[in-house]
Amino acid sequence: MSDPGRQSSPPGLDVRLHQPGPIPLAADFRCAPGELLALVGPSGGGKTTLLRAIAGLYRPSGGHIRCAGETWFDAEGGVCLNPQRRRIGLVFQDYALFPHLTAQANVMAAMGHVPRAERAVRAARWLAQVRLEGLESRYPAALSGGQRQRVAVARALAREPRALLLDEPFSAVDQVTRRRLQRELAQLREVIDMPILLVTHDLEEAAALADRLCVLHAGETLQSGPAEALFRRPASPQVARLLDKHNVFRGRALCDAKGQGYLQWGPYRLEAELPASVESGAEIDWYIPPSDVVLHRRERPSRGERENPVHGRVSELIVLGGIAQVTLSFDHTRDSLRFEIATHAARRNGLARGERVSVSLLASGVHIMQRQD
Amino acid sequence: MDWQALTVSLQLAVFTCLLLIPLGLWVGRMLATRQFRGKALCEAAVALPLVMPPTVLGFYLMLSFGVDAPFGALWQRLTGSGLNFTFSGILLASLVVNLPFAVQPIQRAFEGVPNNVREAAWCCGLSPWRTFTRIELPLVWPGLVSALALTFAHTLGEFGVILMVGGSIDGETRTLAISIYDRVQAFDEAGAGIMSAILLAVSFVTIGVVYGLARRGRGLRV
Repeated sequence: MSDPGRQSSPPGLDVRLHQPGPIPLAADFRCAPGELLALVGPSGGGKTTLLRAIAGLYRPSGGHIRCAGETWFDAEGGVCLNPQRRRIGLVFQDYALFPHLTAQANVMAAMGHVPRAERAVRAARWLAQVRLEGLESRYPAALSGGQRQRVAVARALAREPRALLLDEPFSAVDQVTRRRLQRELAQLREVIDMPILLVTHDLEEAAALADRLCVLHAGETLQSGPAEALFRRPASPQVARLLDKHNVFRGRALCDAKGQGYLQWGPYRLEAELPASVESGAEIDWYIPPSDVVLHRRERPSRGERENPVHGRVSELIVLGGIAQVTLSFDHTRDSLRFEIATHAARRNGLARGERVSVSLLASGVHIMQRQD
Repeated sequence: MDWQALTVSLQLAVFTCLLLIPLGLWVGRMLATRQFRGKALCEAAVALPLVMPPTVLGFYLMLSFGVDAPFGALWQRLTGSGLNFTFSGILLASLVVNLPFAVQPIQRAFEGVPNNVREAAWCCGLSPWRTFTRIELPLVWPGLVSALALTFAHTLGEFGVILMVGGSIDGETRTLAISIYDRVQAFDEAGAGIMSAILLAVSFVTIGVVYGLARRGRGLRV
């Protein structure tokens, strides 16, 4: 039988979905074979709905989903393949193992495409791949959280899927197990070559595991890119907030006669690279990563202190082990600036609540965001 | 000892189970897994025989089984015989009376199957029918067994509705429960005692066997 869904399109997973409600969606992203794309955003941001739509468990009203040259969903063309025909590997948040089947039988349940005689051997091989040798005959109730997660991954891979979808797969296990499972996923990626979507609200996890992050809010993809790029260059104050980035301020873009761009922030004139689209005099939002805030040493001033110096008062000092989180407040704005330094450095510089300090905002770190309104 | 009454009772219980359990599976699953308008009304209708006095239910069934009523007339036209005072009549009445005993345990069992387990089966490539037979049915097995046990035992002991619809025709509608009543009316306490003991034993053994089976089904999963 010819496959009506098959047509030429780029390999990998191509998702463009939109609907006004009941769950608003405005998602547009791609995931290449072998790439791990993390969908991040707050709870209720539509991440799981997107995953369910890709798996065929939810039908949105508009858009398309294409994978490995096949159209799985196309609202205009009236195409909507059922989950059985999508060849998807989905690891549910709570794993959704079949409680009446052994670990091996759980994996074999996803092997309808494999000759019956070969299923047991191949299921055992998949379980070995996820380090569950010897536990083939255990029922899910007799497995730990981490072991259940591994069975769920083995079952998803045993389907030999065209895309692997992971819905918060590490949220139901303890910290130590989580780290171990994350390491195992990174190792597993070396032997599988398919698009992998990871839904998570843990930004550290997303940054550690994913090639790219896709920030979602209310079903809308706000920005996609490598973690470092997103963390240093958020597209908007909203993205910065969703990525838990604090240092977002308002200012005015200025250009001198030589065409050199500046940023006016209260009394401070800061060096910054202005995007070409920003006109001189325009109100803008700007962001500085905490890593690009340099504390001026009291005893030994250095040349670097000439770069965008600003002066504030320590309004909060929180010591978290070896790291101290410093919050500075300023006279000209209610917004505050956060940065981190080693706790011993904070002590050496006599940092304390109420103390006046100076910091440099490195020009290369200042990121201008054009205002939308 | 009225062996014919025992035979009628057992036949009635077996046929009721055979017809009602598949129906209970369909209705119970639908009520557990689907949201639709009038669902509360459906659930109330299924539960109604639990709260209605058997004689009242029997009275309405007797009326609707009569050849003057639309249902009774339709039955007469299709089969050539009436429903009141026949085995078919008490079987139909038994199906109605036992509906909540068959549906409710199965519905509760289906409600206990997480929806994402069903969805995981679809994502594994299992068709809806295979998902039902390989995943859902084994998981609702204890509920199914409860429904079977309750329906069987309740049919054996049903009295009021059967008496209203079937009367007490020897070999046709006189069940063991009705026979016991007749013996008591005739001051034959010894006969009534023997039959009561047999009814008690049959009910106890039946329930024991099915609950034992349910336990074995559960034991497999640990």
